[in-house]
Amino acid sequence: MELLKKYPKLFQWLFLLAVFFALCFAIDVPETYKFIRGQAEFVKDPNQSAFVFLGKEVRYYAFDVFWRLPPLLGWLPIWINDSLFFLMNDWMPMEFWNEDTQEYKTRPLVLQITRNLTAFMTFLIELIREILLGGLETIVAFTSWDWIDANPWAELPGLPWTIVAAGSAILAYKLGGKGLALYALLSMTYISIFGQWKPSMQTLSFILVAAPLSFIFGLGLGVAAYKSKRVEKALYPILLVMQTMPQYAVLVPALVLFGVGDHAAVIITMIVAVPPMILLTLLGLRAVPPEVIEAGRMSGCSNWQLMSKVLIPTARRDILIGVNQVIMVCFSMAVISAFIGAKGLGFNLLLALNQLNIGLALEAGLCISLIAILLDKMSLAWANKQVDYFGNLNFFQRNKNSLFFGVIVIVGILLAYFGSIYFKDGYNYLFEVPHNKGISTADFWNKGVDWIFDTFFVYIKAFNTWLIVDVLQPMRALYLRMPAVATLVLVVGAGYLIGGVRSALVVCGLTLFIALSPWWDRALVTTYMATFGVLVSCTIGFTVGTLCFQNKHSTNFMLNVCDIFQTFPSFVYLIPVMMLFGITDTSVLIAVIVYATIPATRYTIEGLRSVPAGLHDAATMSGVTKFQRLFKIEFPLAFPHMMLGLNQTIVFALFMVIIGAFIGTEDLGQYILKALSDKKGAGIGLTLGICVAFIGLIFDNLIRTWVGQRKKHLGID
Amino acid sequence: MSEPVIKCQSVYKIFGANAERMLKEANGNVDAKTFQENGCIVGVNNASFEVSKGEMLVVMGLSGSGKSTLLRCISRLTDATGGKIFIEGQDLLNLNNKELIELRRNKMGMVFQSFALLPHKTVLENIAFPLQIKGIKTENSINKAMDMVKLVGLDGRENYFPRELSGGQQQRVGIARSLAVEPDIWFLDEPFSALDPLIRKEMQDEFLRLQEKLQKTIMFITHDFDEALKLADRIAIMKDGIIEQLDTPANIVLNPATEYVRKFTEEVPREKVLLIKDVMDEITSDNMGDIKVSKDEIIENVAEKILTQEKTVAVTDGKNNIVGSINPAKIINTVFGGRKNNH
Ligand SMILES: Nc1ncnc2c1ncn2[C@@H]1O[C@H](COP(=O)(O)OP(=O)(O)O)[C@@H](O)[C@H]1O
Ligand SMILES: [Mg+2]
Repeated sequence: MELLKKYPKLFQWLFLLAVFFALCFAIDVPETYKFIRGQAEFVKDPNQSAFVFLGKEVRYYAFDVFWRLPPLLGWLPIWINDSLFFLMNDWMPMEFWNEDTQEYKTRPLVLQITRNLTAFMTFLIELIREILLGGLETIVAFTSWDWIDANPWAELPGLPWTIVAAGSAILAYKLGGKGLALYALLSMTYISIFGQWKPSMQTLSFILVAAPLSFIFGLGLGVAAYKSKRVEKALYPILLVMQTMPQYAVLVPALVLFGVGDHAAVIITMIVAVPPMILLTLLGLRAVPPEVIEAGRMSGCSNWQLMSKVLIPTARRDILIGVNQVIMVCFSMAVISAFIGAKGLGFNLLLALNQLNIGLALEAGLCISLIAILLDKMSLAWANKQVDYFGNLNFFQRNKNSLFFGVIVIVGILLAYFGSIYFKDGYNYLFEVPHNKGISTADFWNKGVDWIFDTFFVYIKAFNTWLIVDVLQPMRALYLRMPAVATLVLVVGAGYLIGGVRSALVVCGLTLFIALSPWWDRALVTTYMATFGVLVSCTIGFTVGTLCFQNKHSTNFMLNVCDIFQTFPSFVYLIPVMMLFGITDTSVLIAVIVYATIPATRYTIEGLRSVPAGLHDAATMSGVTKFQRLFKIEFPLAFPHMMLGLNQTIVFALFMVIIGAFIGTEDLGQYILKALSDKKGAGIGLTLGICVAFIGLIFDNLIRTWVGQRKKHLGID
Repeated sequence: MSEPVIKCQSVYKIFGANAERMLKEANGNVDAKTFQENGCIVGVNNASFEVSKGEMLVVMGLSGSGKSTLLRCISRLTDATGGKIFIEGQDLLNLNNKELIELRRNKMGMVFQSFALLPHKTVLENIAFPLQIKGIKTENSINKAMDMVKLVGLDGRENYFPRELSGGQQQRVGIARSLAVEPDIWFLDEPFSALDPLIRKEMQDEFLRLQEKLQKTIMFITHDFDEALKLADRIAIMKDGIIEQLDTPANIVLNPATEYVRKFTEEVPREKVLLIKDVMDEITSDNMGDIKVSKDEIIENVAEKILTQEKTVAVTDGKNNIVGSINPAKIINTVFGGRKNNH
């Protein structure tokens, strides 16, 4: 009784667990239950039950409702699909003028809008692509195919790689100084010499359209949300869901709306990249001290000046993190959107992975990462740059970079010209190194992989078998053994204990959505993989973070490592693990662990860093040992921050699990991938995406609520 | 006398959802408690006063008494809920956005307690900011800003960032920025409250020096009574949004209007506040010595001179005419005598 009074929360939790386990044991596995096939698969089978809702027939295998809830939401994907098709093909037909046929044509409004959007995006991408690589689409857009046939000289030749490389070095120098310039020059040269120029420039042109557009839209919407409560309220749920929505899932509906190609990829990338930008813009603007705003007003700023000269610059730090995120998402999407026909390095990477050509995949992945790091650093340097306005420089000093670039252009063209005379075998290496003529290390890597496989095969296999048989499969079985009702009770109970009725209701709603969808079993598998990844990641991340924190240099080193790793597109992580473990669940899980360890480590370090220095000294003065200090002072105070890290770790892990479907896992991700090649996949893809997002949101809600209370309790904010 | 620069007539500021309706219903009889029960917070309650050209009005009161809110109303950073405010005869509350911006760009300068500098701009850029907002050419604005840097004694640091400066230096930047457009009206909201006492004293002296030179019309806010006494031409004492008393420092010390004000003045060393003219007597036929004191001297400065005399001392005005007299007993009485029942 004493104990009960002392730790009431603890007993409440124990009680909840007791109920959960009691339910688990009380409800038996139905005899007819078999994993996966037990769920609705839209195949006709006389054993299935069916119901009709909103005119849609949903077929499913019926179980005891305590074991698995019936898929009452099964009509949702079909309904979404039909609505999309209706919107695209039948809704609001209107007369539109057609340039080519010179007559009015009837077209549904949405179709017309998406077509125009598509054309615009394509134009932008082609414009940049042709500056970098040459081509004639842009010229044609302004003239016509007939005209270009008559005037073949007008085809854009593209810039020689020497000019692009030197140009990016100059830009890097102007923005970030010598180090960055050297990095730019080296990585561009590497890309060219190793024969990755063309795909790299294709990817780059995609990024150069997607990133700025995402930035502008994100910033604009962020500002709008800051100014108007109503806009914010409208945006908020979308932002929340998009934060945990796997990027795969957006591909499918976009496929329906925009078709296949780079333009669709850009639009999807914007859909994914804009939300974090909005959130961070809003966060930054909110954090501007009111007195700074008043100082701006008293300086006589108009609303526009206040926003552009006071608010946004003062919020620069957060907005910068937003830019950083935008670039990361763009590179991630550069790979993922290869699924819907985006050209470039991502396509090569996927192709190579598909053929299990690890060497080629590695080369493509390296190039993406090099460019990603370059753009990331350049955008950072750009935002940190001070505008220098002192007017006492002469013409040459003011324009030295442009002049220098002019010289480079001339030299580059001359070089390319000499090259065309010198290289008789038909390939002008000073203009562009063709894809298959560069130095390739693919064979080396492939041999290496073979060697590793041959040498360590026994050990790898043994490890693999042990992990799968002794750890993963039992864990998976345990997850699937949970009756739906027990899970629901556990989640809702946790919500109630942490955040009261409100939290319980939110969490209940989210869980019910998944439980009533046709994919509960798959969701359980996804959750099991994510849980396993998160557990290991957190253990590693918290340990490494704590160890690194003991020393200032190792702290900075680790944060830098996290920065760089975070810049790699998520797909790149699959390369080395496939190298070692081939196509197994182990591969996916290891990729998940590596990927999700980044936020775990970073937030641990930052959490520990956020502990006020005064407390350190006070503790040291009162004769506390290092260990005591760590456990009694630093961990408790850093814990809220570290829990936010856990939040990120979960989101990262979920993303990677879903991406892992590419290697072949039996979870929600696999269905999303399937939906990609399904003509009616849009609804399924979207619903599946929402399911994954909701898994993330359940944890997000619980953790955030808990952190909020903890912070209030500790008096930090 | 010419028109007052700032003129407030029954200004109210009430925070809350239906503040305006509540104010109307209250009929000029605002009671903070009843308003609070209805979810409204009274920031400023029926403030009426005038500030004339070149005068420094110090608004004094404890934290939360509505000083900042009053200042915000007058600079229209927030709209007053009721009442009228005139700036040089213009009805402030009737200005449209454009006129308001014009007014701020040319007539008003403001200094903030937390300095409120733009973190991404250097000292020089911060000071030039209001000029550039006004659309003045870069070169001219930089030159002007450089003059301001010199005025507040920050030469050599013009290319520092705010984070590289101490608190006192940051506030100098704040002051320079507020003066860059050469405003006629200068608002200062607890400008020295965040500074260490030593630096604060230094800044106060510096501020008086500047004011001597510039002769702005000033509203200065502080919660420090000593600071108010040191700087003010007149002091307004606020409590719960109400101006309890608005008068010269001497009158506030000598004739506190309310119990609240009296409590403030209790501990104040009179000789530092009162002038000879505040305590002098009529011209008497007594035998007066050769020594004369000016009526505008602070007692502290001439006390010794008078006390060493055995007789009554003549008091003169600026033109050396005798306008009154004072005897040592009076001085002793003022300094040490019953603080509760003067006169
Ligand atoms: N924006 C606001 N909304 C609601 N109440 C406010 C707001 N600003 C100030 N107040 C309230 O008005 C009162 C006066 O505040 P303020 O003018 O800042 O006091 P001072 O500057 O004298 O410390 C305080 O009770 C404060 O809580
Ligand atoms: Mg204040």
